[in-house]
Amino acid sequence: MNKHLNKERIVITGVGLASPNGDNLQDFRKNLLTGQSGIREIELRYIGRIPAGICSFPETRYRKKKENKRGTRAGCLGVYAANEALNNAGIDFSGTSGYEPDRTGVYIGLTEHGTVETEHEVYNISQFDYNTDYWTHHHNPRTVLNNPAGEITMNLGITGPHYAIGAACAAGNAALIQGVQMLRLDEVDLAICGGVSESPASFGIFASFKAQGALAHHQDPIRACRPFDRDRNGIVISEGSCVYILERLEKALLRGARIYGEIVGFAINSDARDFVLPYGPRQVECMRMALKRAGLEPGDVDIVNTHATGTIQGDLEESMALRTIFNGCGSTFINNTKSLIGHAMGAAGVLELAGNLPAFDDGLVHPTINLDNVDPECELDNLVVNEARQLDSVDIILNNSFGMLGINSVVIVKKYSED
Amino acid sequence: MTRDNIKDVILEIIQDIDEDAEVKEVKSDQPLRDQFDLDSMDFLDIVMELRKRYKLQIPEADYPELATMDSCVNYLEPRLQNA
Repeated sequence: MNKHLNKERIVITGVGLASPNGDNLQDFRKNLLTGQSGIREIELRYIGRIPAGICSFPETRYRKKKENKRGTRAGCLGVYAANEALNNAGIDFSGTSGYEPDRTGVYIGLTEHGTVETEHEVYNISQFDYNTDYWTHHHNPRTVLNNPAGEITMNLGITGPHYAIGAACAAGNAALIQGVQMLRLDEVDLAICGGVSESPASFGIFASFKAQGALAHHQDPIRACRPFDRDRNGIVISEGSCVYILERLEKALLRGARIYGEIVGFAINSDARDFVLPYGPRQVECMRMALKRAGLEPGDVDIVNTHATGTIQGDLEESMALRTIFNGCGSTFINNTKSLIGHAMGAAGVLELAGNLPAFDDGLVHPTINLDNVDPECELDNLVVNEARQLDSVDIILNNSFGMLGINSVVIVKKYSED
Repeated sequence: MTRDNIKDVILEIIQDIDEDAEVKEVKSDQPLRDQFDLDSMDFLDIVMELRKRYKLQIPEADYPELATMDSCVNYLEPRLQNA
């Protein structure tokens, strides 16, 4: 077989997550289905009060307080999600699962990293007349890009490869794709992959979106993120983490694992045009490439999770792209998750996919909320609004995730079946 | 600062590094590293905190002086006498 056509079947067998509206898949799913937002107002240095998504989860379940203090918020979120995912998959490294720590890879998607720590340290030395003698020795280990992935390996004793996938807000999907590829290349036997975000602790990220005219604001924080609405005014920044366990189908079946779904298609491409503005035609190409690789037609897709963040231009471009591909596909339903949890940056794509995966079992499509008046330019057939939609069955989910510098990513997951 | 004051400061800093540390049970002549599971980064935290609080610059060559509570107090007493 041509090694470039390796199509070894890769399945998801574990999910761990921390979202602004749930610290496990069951609660997260329940809150998405009932439209429970996780957005609230926070108080941030230099910024003041602003809507954001903050996660509440048992931070010391898998790591001591001291270790959390030593590491980063991204590391803390990642360690929690990775442990939850492994537990969910029924895998440990005691030998019974058949997986070894040196044949396990950790691939974590990041939109950015180090911003929070750097801002904190600049503030710290400002209290000492900017004397760098007071700059912390923790700065470098906390800000290297492999930090969250590395914290996961230290916590779990994993001695296989670990690194970060930097892909702006497409990073979660990109890490998932990396996991599939590394399994197919036989670099590892088990892939722990997903994304994390600690971005709400950075005033600079809020200020930069604000300067760009892309930061959401509303008197009621829950109403701030309004994808596809004519009155939408930008992004709500969130933290979060979502980590998947990926393994080869054969091994998963052998150990009787629960299979959440099979990754049957994916694609990443680049706009090659603009630092911040998205570009629908390239998103179309990306979705088409993923569908082609999966051997699917647009009409085969049951749920499309949109990337839409609630910015003026971003939602327009994606709507145009979706109409180009899915118009006339009567059985394809479209939803959005950011209206409920904000934009979890590096974790966004993977969290949003996780929120949709239970649809394979219950046939429900969670709704987008805060959509009162659809922007005529964002009109989409079968957009699921405000109330969950029951379908007869869900077999294919297509997950969009796009990012700055013009990176587009699409992952297609299929309900597991033998053939 | 008195010797007792210095001891309290060191224990306070260790407690800040590790909220779960049983600092009241410190054995003054035993290595702090072993008693509180401290590593080199934790010792740098102690050095940094002393710098922030008392503008005290501890040269790297003197770090071994911080090994036990007794050696800490002996080392810091003359340096913090006016603190």
